Amino acid sequence: MIERDGQERTETDLDTADSLDLVLEAVLFAASEPLRMQDLVAACTGMEGVGHGEVEAALQRLVEHYRDRSLELVRSASGFRFRVRQRFSAHVQASLPERPPRLSRALLETLAIIAYRQPVTRAEIEEIRGVAVSTQIMRNVLEREWVHVVGHKEVPGRPALYATTRTFLDDLGLSRLDELPPLDALRELVELPAEPDDAEPVSGRTADVDPPGEAAEHRTLQ
Amino acid sequence: MTATLEIPDRGGAIEADWACRVNGSPLGELPADLYIPPDALEVFLESFEGPLDLLLYLIRRQNLDILAIPIAEITRQYMAYIEIMQALRLELAGEYLVMAALLAEIKSRMLLPRPSAASEDSDEDPRLALIRQLQEYERFKTAAERLDAMPRIDRDVFHAQASRDALAAPPPPAPELEDLLDALVGVLRRATLRSHHQISSEALSVRERMARILQRLDHDAFVDFTSLLTGTEGRPGVVVSFLAVLELSKAGLLDWGQGEPYGPIQVRRRRTGEEA
Repeated sequence: MIERDGQERTETDLDTADSLDLVLEAVLFAASEPLRMQDLVAACTGMEGVGHGEVEAALQRLVEHYRDRSLELVRSASGFRFRVRQRFSAHVQASLPERPPRLSRALLETLAIIAYRQPVTRAEIEEIRGVAVSTQIMRNVLEREWVHVVGHKEVPGRPALYATTRTFLDDLGLSRLDELPPLDALRELVELPAEPDDAEPVSGRTADVDPPGEAAEHRTLQ
Repeated sequence: MTATLEIPDRGGAIEADWACRVNGSPLGELPADLYIPPDALEVFLESFEGPLDLLLYLIRRQNLDILAIPIAEITRQYMAYIEIMQALRLELAGEYLVMAALLAEIKSRMLLPRPSAASEDSDEDPRLALIRQLQEYERFKTAAERLDAMPRIDRDVFHAQASRDALAAPPPPAPELEDLLDALVGVLRRATLRSHHQISSEALSVRERMARILQRLDHDAFVDFTSLLTGTEGRPGVVVSFLAVLELSKAGLLDWGQGEPYGPIQVRRRRTGEEA
């Protein structure tokens, strides 16, 4: 599409549309961060008749151009960038010297609470999790720039309020917070069943016992 | 009235009971020859993210519904775990004990006669707060699992990026001896301008100056070469400093650099094999 004939063509031979595509491709590949629309428009300064709309159209052509390649142009919270198509991930992983470390459950739970309840204080996180949040976990999410302090709650002690960052969205390939999977709905507590008599053996005491019918019914409601 | 009188009695009996029950059956004491490798204990402790997590595990293990947990039974099992952890002298996080106390409190309140219909609004089911807390925790536990399952950068998704090395300018060359001499001349000229009358000249040792310069430099930060040639001792001071720098350089103790062509010449201490 770009080199219609086998010969090398000089810049001046290219029509504007073609060269704009190539300029954007070059700028996007050379960037180490996602690029915003205004960055891309700024990269085209000095090119005649190139504005917002032309860049938008060129990006669309680039998406189309890469359709059958292993790379794709994606837009995330911070802007545009090229990435490897996910179906090639396994091969990329295999080529890496070591797998990235797993995130601990404590960290993931803390992150989930911040993501869905932001802005949130450390005490509020601890209330939901029922345990103290270690300083190391907070430092870890702050250092990864997934979480930042957005202010302080106006209560005694003025605790920091935490929220997720744009990097967090970028790293999960999201452009907005509401693209996160929704939280499970809270089921209404209508009437609690009476506590079985203490003396009576409770069915389903061990893991191997079949679930009692009542509990199974409740599960289907979930 | 009779019920309230019975409670302290019964509560005491239950407490004594818990110490030696596992899953409701009497355990007596732990077998003396029971060997549990220390690593296994750590795994056990780490597998629970706190008392709520342990409770959820106990509930889910039995396919029970959170909304219908049998408090008495769950309390017994929870206490059994706590007893085991304590018997094995594991340091329990305080939250586990707080939860044990809460469960005991709920259990004892359940034993009270049901409040009359009139007072029901003010006195809600003691299980309610705990159930809400468990439900809330489980929502976020699930959310955390989903978060982890989402494709994440550098684990499941990879950026495509071209190297910019070819675009960047080649690294500037190390300065030539001439450049060093030029810099020396500049400093000397300035030193001349600054020097006043000198009353007595101090003997300046190149060796001593080498040691002092080496002390000033460190491995990480480059410093301006000319800043090493202090003008406060006049011309001889500058010359001695310059000789000391040359000697150090000859001995392979310095790294030279120049940020850009014609930029200030910079120097730092070279990292030698045994020091690194």
